[in-house]
Amino acid sequence: MAMVEQLNELKEQVLSKIQSADNVKALNDVRVAYLGKKGPITDLLKGMGKLPAEERPKMGALVNEVRAEVQGVLEARMVTLEEQAVEEQLAKETIDITLPGRPVKVGNAHPLTRVIEEVEDLFIGMGYQIEEGPEVEKDYYNFEALNLPKGHPARDMQDTFYISEETLLRTHTSPVQARTMEAKKGEAIKIICPGKVFRRDSDDATHSHQFNQIEGLVVGENIRMSDLKGTLDLFAKKMFGDEREIRLRPSYFPFTEPSVEMDISCFKCGGSGCNVCKKTGWIEILGAGMVHPNVLEMAGYDPKKVSGFAFGMGAERIAMLKFGVEDIRHFYTNDIRFLEQFNRAED
Amino acid sequence: MYVSLKWLSKYVDISGIEPQDLAEKITRSGIEVEGIDYLSAGLKKLMVGEIKEKTKHPEADKLNICQVDFGEEELSQIVCGAPNVAVGQKVIVARPGAHLPGGKIKKAKLRGEVSHGMICSLQELGIEGKLVPKAYADGIYILPAETPVGADPVEVLGLDDIVLELGLTPNRSDAMSMLGVAYEVAAILERDITLPKAVAPTIAKKAADVLTLSVEAPQQNPMYAAKVVQNVKVGESPLWLQQALMAVGVRPHNNIVDITNYILMEYGQPLHAFDYDALGTGEIVVRLAHEGEKITTLDQKERSLKATNLVITNGKVPVAVAGVMGGLDSEVTADTTTVVIESAYFDGLSVRYTSKDLGLRSDASARFEKGIDPNRILPAAERAAQMMAELAGGEVLEGTVLFDELDKKPARIAVSPDFINARLGMKISLNEMVTILNRLRFHVETANGLLIIDAPTRRQDIKIEEDIVEEIARIYGYDEIPKTVPMGETTAGGLTPYQAKRRLTRHHLEGSGLYQALTYSLTSQELAQKYALETADTTRLLMPMSEDHSTLRQSLLPHLIDSTVYNVSRQAPSVAMYEIGSVFLGLEEDGLPHQEEHLSLVMTGKWVDHAWQGEQKSVDFYVLKGVIESLLEKLALSEHISYEAAVVDGLHPGRTASILLDGKRVGFFGQLHPKEQKELGLKDTYVAEINFATITAVPLDALIYTPVPRFPSMSRDIALVVDRTIEAGTIETVIKNAGGKLLKSVQVFDLYEGSNMPDDKKSLAFTLKYFDAEKTLTDVEVVEVHEKVLAALTETVNAELR
Repeated sequence: MAMVEQLNELKEQVLSKIQSADNVKALNDVRVAYLGKKGPITDLLKGMGKLPAEERPKMGALVNEVRAEVQGVLEARMVTLEEQAVEEQLAKETIDITLPGRPVKVGNAHPLTRVIEEVEDLFIGMGYQIEEGPEVEKDYYNFEALNLPKGHPARDMQDTFYISEETLLRTHTSPVQARTMEAKKGEAIKIICPGKVFRRDSDDATHSHQFNQIEGLVVGENIRMSDLKGTLDLFAKKMFGDEREIRLRPSYFPFTEPSVEMDISCFKCGGSGCNVCKKTGWIEILGAGMVHPNVLEMAGYDPKKVSGFAFGMGAERIAMLKFGVEDIRHFYTNDIRFLEQFNRAED
Repeated sequence: MYVSLKWLSKYVDISGIEPQDLAEKITRSGIEVEGIDYLSAGLKKLMVGEIKEKTKHPEADKLNICQVDFGEEELSQIVCGAPNVAVGQKVIVARPGAHLPGGKIKKAKLRGEVSHGMICSLQELGIEGKLVPKAYADGIYILPAETPVGADPVEVLGLDDIVLELGLTPNRSDAMSMLGVAYEVAAILERDITLPKAVAPTIAKKAADVLTLSVEAPQQNPMYAAKVVQNVKVGESPLWLQQALMAVGVRPHNNIVDITNYILMEYGQPLHAFDYDALGTGEIVVRLAHEGEKITTLDQKERSLKATNLVITNGKVPVAVAGVMGGLDSEVTADTTTVVIESAYFDGLSVRYTSKDLGLRSDASARFEKGIDPNRILPAAERAAQMMAELAGGEVLEGTVLFDELDKKPARIAVSPDFINARLGMKISLNEMVTILNRLRFHVETANGLLIIDAPTRRQDIKIEEDIVEEIARIYGYDEIPKTVPMGETTAGGLTPYQAKRRLTRHHLEGSGLYQALTYSLTSQELAQKYALETADTTRLLMPMSEDHSTLRQSLLPHLIDSTVYNVSRQAPSVAMYEIGSVFLGLEEDGLPHQEEHLSLVMTGKWVDHAWQGEQKSVDFYVLKGVIESLLEKLALSEHISYEAAVVDGLHPGRTASILLDGKRVGFFGQLHPKEQKELGLKDTYVAEINFATITAVPLDALIYTPVPRFPSMSRDIALVVDRTIEAGTIETVIKNAGGKLLKSVQVFDLYEGSNMPDDKKSLAFTLKYFDAEKTLTDVEVVEVHEKVLAALTETVNAELR
């Protein structure tokens, strides 16, 4: 019977060791020490040879039973300790999530580009192509082809930087219209022309000798003034909000007839009058009109068969209105504290 | 153009409509009203007084103590500092409690003497100094002797008027006259118009007997009318006339000059009055000037004339620059007794060029340039003569001395109502159209379904069918035009490949941490070619406004560097910007400079700055190179691109590279020369200038996917010791050539120079990746090709394997 007692004693000893092991490694040591090939339980099994043959099966079963029990307790203990180890590790690895993240360097588009691209994309969606032209332009395309012959009083409307008698810095993007019509040789046209233009102005808060225009031109059969109005209405609502109303006022440009100025209802006060709209409820946004027959004719189109509309706006003006910029010079100073403000989405 | 409503109402009834409503209606139908000026705004409780006594102020030399009669029991004592104050004058007084634009008037003590108010100048009533008649420019205003004491000066002076300021477009020269505006307002309000009757009483003496006329330049001067008025008494105009002129922005001078200005404003017909005796010859000859001929104009400036300038002469010397300004010698003065009134038609272009040549613009030239009404020349002369008889006691000689080859026929336009409606996208009936044209006082008939219109000659802008479209639409109302979109074929909108690549470039660079900058195309001659990728003849303005903006740029970098300096001097810790813009080179066959877009980049300062983890890294050459490489990869150009060490003026000679596209130089980048940096106050700054037009012109293959590798690749690291002067790029090329098609990639992963290394040597380490798309590579295969690579390295660059 000594063996049975020995076994029980061993069992108590192991269970107590298992209980006192407080980490995975200690418990593994217990496993190796007691259940391993050289452990006391194995020794007991080896020692069974000395027992009488009839006691051996009974004893063997008993040893196996103890071994299984110990094993079970140990496994359970192991799960607990492993969980505990994970908890400890997680606690140790906990960080201060309120510390700032690693900054990602991101720049952004110039606000004028932002405005120009928005206009481009709106009109691309309506089937327009984007056309560009040279900044140094011929007098012919800048003026003459636009129904502004030499000596025309309306040339005074645009103070011009001349390079020679026949070349100049373009004063508007309209020469792109003339060039495009000339190149398209009578085909229908739907284009938007953004670009830099120049006027002989001293730079101050509201004047810049260089600025950007965005021009539109549609030429085809049966283009009507109502088409111009409908197109401008879509533009105004997209750029300045769905609630915007537009109104057209008669005006004058030598290259369009009739000519109009387009106002939008003030987006700040909604039309009741404020400092943005100078108490009128309306803000002047762009000039437009039906392409003058002389312009069509000079570009090789038959004004009896086709008609067209054109419109043009200042990108700076749109940007100043949209973003509340009070001084046009900000657009050309490239102060990062200014530029970086145009880095986010807006609805 | 200023429009006095008081004056306007002589021709058209504007009663029952508020000035702001009238302004709105005028604006909405074609002429922008830019402002409404209530002349009496800020004036309250003024009174006409008579100065009864005047004594010197005992304490102040320049002040007088006046006793002023207001028709009350007692005289009021008022201290006055004006030099022209005198007993017996009727004056404008602001008594205590009165309001002037400058503020409220109170009883005051001036150097110990009580003053019950202030005797006023016109300026103090809010009238601009340049409009105040010269006689009263430096003192109080003196009213006519018959003005009743106690009257309201606002009424006496006609300041109970409202003035509309019109912003006229160059086509609407008709509205540069009160009559033109009256026609416009009558059309808008659908009211009648009353025209002035111009009939001058004449004496038996004939104008033609005292004045001969000869026009030698009929092309520039197709019509010239002259009237002669004798025995005029030059003096002050009546108050109503002075006030009418001041209200529309004209300074009163004397009755003769004021009358010509009044007619100018009323009819839009510039007139000139000569002193007949000063002419001296009884002769007027209109001719082109002799080159270099001199005249002193009314503004007392001597002017030298060109042979293309038209002048009025007395048969000997110029007495006026035709249509621009009169001469000083024949000016009407206080002593003038006989006046020649000139009413003429001068060709717009001729006047425009002369006015430009002389740098002299006048109310007259502005009207001639844009075209006057040929049918108002005679009535205007007649009306002037009539007024000189009425207001200056003159006697009008019979007849008009006339030269007339001017076409005065109205423009005839035939237009179909369908055309008008088609152009507008509207359905206006024929009757409505006729009604509108009648409102505009256009002569209209209908025949064969067409509107046959004779446009009045005052409307020089009405010439073609489209002009009628506009007239109908603007009076009908632009609000009535429906909103439609163009019909017809659907067109595909979109960007050209170039435009798409430019956007891609922008987005890539912005995502890489750079801001888009925008700078001026104009720069100074000195900076135009600085840091240029290539130079050619520069393009310079004929008349620059300043040297800083005189010449078109050939590189974007100078302005971009300026912007960097601006930011750095405002404590920006780092600056990273790019710009895409045109440069201007030489001259093409079409007479324009070659214009192409370049891309420039500038980077300086901290690139990595992660403070609390203590990570900081400044921009260096390789940061910029990384940005450029990734961009070129994005633009699918990596295969075409190589780099070589380069020298560029203004850049660090050891830290500059050329970018080659298929062996051709298309850009450079590098560090600014330390000397330049020091001069600009910059730390290490890296810049690039790339010919964007050229690199985006390379045709690109369609994007077709390559199957994702199914077999693993095998890596081998090698460390080589080579001469310091051997570039990594050279070694890479050797490896690539020897590695053949199994070599998938080569990457530098270490560079070592310094201790443990001879001074003229460096160690470079590379990771080579071998890969076969068809199968898993065996060790044997890799060893075979790798040995080849090593052999090539030893052979070509004398590399020593570590």
